[in-house]
Amino acid sequence: MQYKVPVMSDLVAEGKTPEVIFWVGCAGSFDQRAQRVTLAFTKILNQLNINFAVLGTEEACTGDPARRAGNEFVFQMLAQQNIATLNGYGVKKILTTCPHCFNIIKNEYPALGGNYEVLHHSTYLQQLINEGKLKVEGGQFKGRRITYHDSCYLGRANEIYEAPRSVIEALDADLVEINKSKANGLCCGAGGAQMFKEDEPGKKRINIQRTEQLMEVYPDIIAVACPFCNTMLTDGVKNENKQDEIKVVDIAELVAQANKY
Amino acid sequence: MVILQIILFIALTGVTFYFAFAKFKEIYDNVNLGKPEKIDTPLSFRLKKMMLIAFGQKKMFKITFPALLHLVIYASFLITQIELLEIFIDGFIGTHRIIYHLSEGTFINSLYIFVINFIEILSLLTFFVTLIFIIRRTILKIDRFKKPEMKGWATKDGLLILALELTLITFIFMMNGGDSALHIKETGKDYGFILSGILGSALTGLPDWLLLTIEKIGWWGHIMTVFAFLLYLPYSKHLHIMLAFPNTFFSRPEPKGEMHNMPAIQHEVHAMLDPSFVAPEAEGEMQFGAKDVYDLSWKSLLDAYTCTECGRCTAACPANQTGKKLSPRKIMMDTRDRMEEIAKCKKEHGPDFVDNKTLLGDYITGEELRACTTCNACVEECPVNISPLNIILELRRNLIMEQSDSPAEWNNVFANMENNQAPWQFSPSDRLNWTNELN
Repeated sequence: MQYKVPVMSDLVAEGKTPEVIFWVGCAGSFDQRAQRVTLAFTKILNQLNINFAVLGTEEACTGDPARRAGNEFVFQMLAQQNIATLNGYGVKKILTTCPHCFNIIKNEYPALGGNYEVLHHSTYLQQLINEGKLKVEGGQFKGRRITYHDSCYLGRANEIYEAPRSVIEALDADLVEINKSKANGLCCGAGGAQMFKEDEPGKKRINIQRTEQLMEVYPDIIAVACPFCNTMLTDGVKNENKQDEIKVVDIAELVAQANKY
Repeated sequence: MVILQIILFIALTGVTFYFAFAKFKEIYDNVNLGKPEKIDTPLSFRLKKMMLIAFGQKKMFKITFPALLHLVIYASFLITQIELLEIFIDGFIGTHRIIYHLSEGTFINSLYIFVINFIEILSLLTFFVTLIFIIRRTILKIDRFKKPEMKGWATKDGLLILALELTLITFIFMMNGGDSALHIKETGKDYGFILSGILGSALTGLPDWLLLTIEKIGWWGHIMTVFAFLLYLPYSKHLHIMLAFPNTFFSRPEPKGEMHNMPAIQHEVHAMLDPSFVAPEAEGEMQFGAKDVYDLSWKSLLDAYTCTECGRCTAACPANQTGKKLSPRKIMMDTRDRMEEIAKCKKEHGPDFVDNKTLLGDYITGEELRACTTCNACVEECPVNISPLNIILELRRNLIMEQSDSPAEWNNVFANMENNQAPWQFSPSDRLNWTNELN
């Protein structure tokens, strides 16, 4: 299959309107690891003939790291710019693979005049599976031990715990829960703009602590649904020298891999 | 003699309520030092939160064992109020067990006996539970009770409350035991109170005057301990027994991930991007984020007074678990201490006095604030719906926007976001480069 990435401005020039916008996010656009998740999700959208588009160069950072660090000015500039772009195109529905983009567009853009239906890809994939539109071939993952790490901005922040798990369950794999999961899950250490600076003085890095917790159930795969959790836990697994045995994989990649997209 | 007791009782009650009211009024005023925040929730939402979380203890049960122990004390406290009501009536009009005697021969009497039995059994359980709590704090030294912010007064406060509870229960059994013994001697049978009945029949060998003394010490000791509790509450972490109710009643409705907007900056930026937009006049002095308790929402200040320093937030905090300075419990304790300090200054130097201290800097440092990952674990854990995160984020806003106190890496990120619309130094024109790998 020849995969395509329709860009909003091109579609508008052709007089077309996409059903949904795929909000790629900065990590999904620029981070090498996260790019692979973006590719996987794009392939799923293509395979299912979803009428989507990306904003491409018109997409800007949502402003999440700035706002959470405390810099409201930078956040407001980016947010208002994004809302002008989205409202200019009359966007109604947004998909994203990043829980931080998801949270801020869904919960914080409305106060600035940006009102959209926003879905994280875990919820969207769950819907597609439930509607029978997305069939997941389980074979490859049968008997593999997968544990899921809850992203704070999906879990506690927005109480989405089941959607990513239901995607993993569709793989016919062995979903093993660690003790500290769902509402009791530990942060990967990246949130609140921590991703972009050194840790404050302490005894240990948070991603190491979290990786150790996840490794307690001897997983073959640590499933994630956030590009920053992905980076932090990949580093954590490397730090334990387990990168050959334990893979950190996004749920979109699991689906794409299962279906050999 | 009776009249003297009535006068003494009324005087003690009056003095206690006078001082308690004055201190509670001070707390109410302190909470109102905060900025207005509209918590727009229907009454049904508020009652539901209060009934489930404060009254129903729902979030306590995230950790089963201490939740069960706490439930015993809590239930005991609630039900004892019924007996306290009788003590008040007896105290004011000089009667003895008025509900029992007035209701003799009626259904109410059996109900009364049932309630007293219930109180006594729970009180006995509470006695042992309190001992377990003391052991947890002193011998087992549960991790969350020995963090740096618990040094000194905070630990003493916790133990003092537990000691007061033991005292209270001892007085209850002295009162009911002595009274039961006298009742047995007088009528040949006990009241029908199982525990104090046993105690009473064991004491019947003592002379009447001694039994009466035991009963009176129990009765007066009980009410005096209750008064002491009431006066001590506003100075103690134990205030949560009252404030848990309003604090959950005013629970914020928004998803935990949502940060509050800053309309002043929104309008300023709007006017910058769109010159035709005229920003509404900002009210008062512009101050970004919170530097002191005055700049926090009243709800955050109520949060601080509601905190009972259980430390579940700190135990769940990823930064604290990995040895960083941040402790969400300390954020709440500092906020309360700062309010108390302001109140003290005003009392000493008049209402307009301003000291040169602030919450940010003198109590809470940038290092603590910068360690927060905004993961909401502390908010999730709190059994009474306190948000340490809200305070942390407001202080961070001040740190960055007013004091320009930001690590160099963050400054680079801000610059990148402004110039390249991404936290990293990539050109916006490269945003679609990932598509090269697609086919």
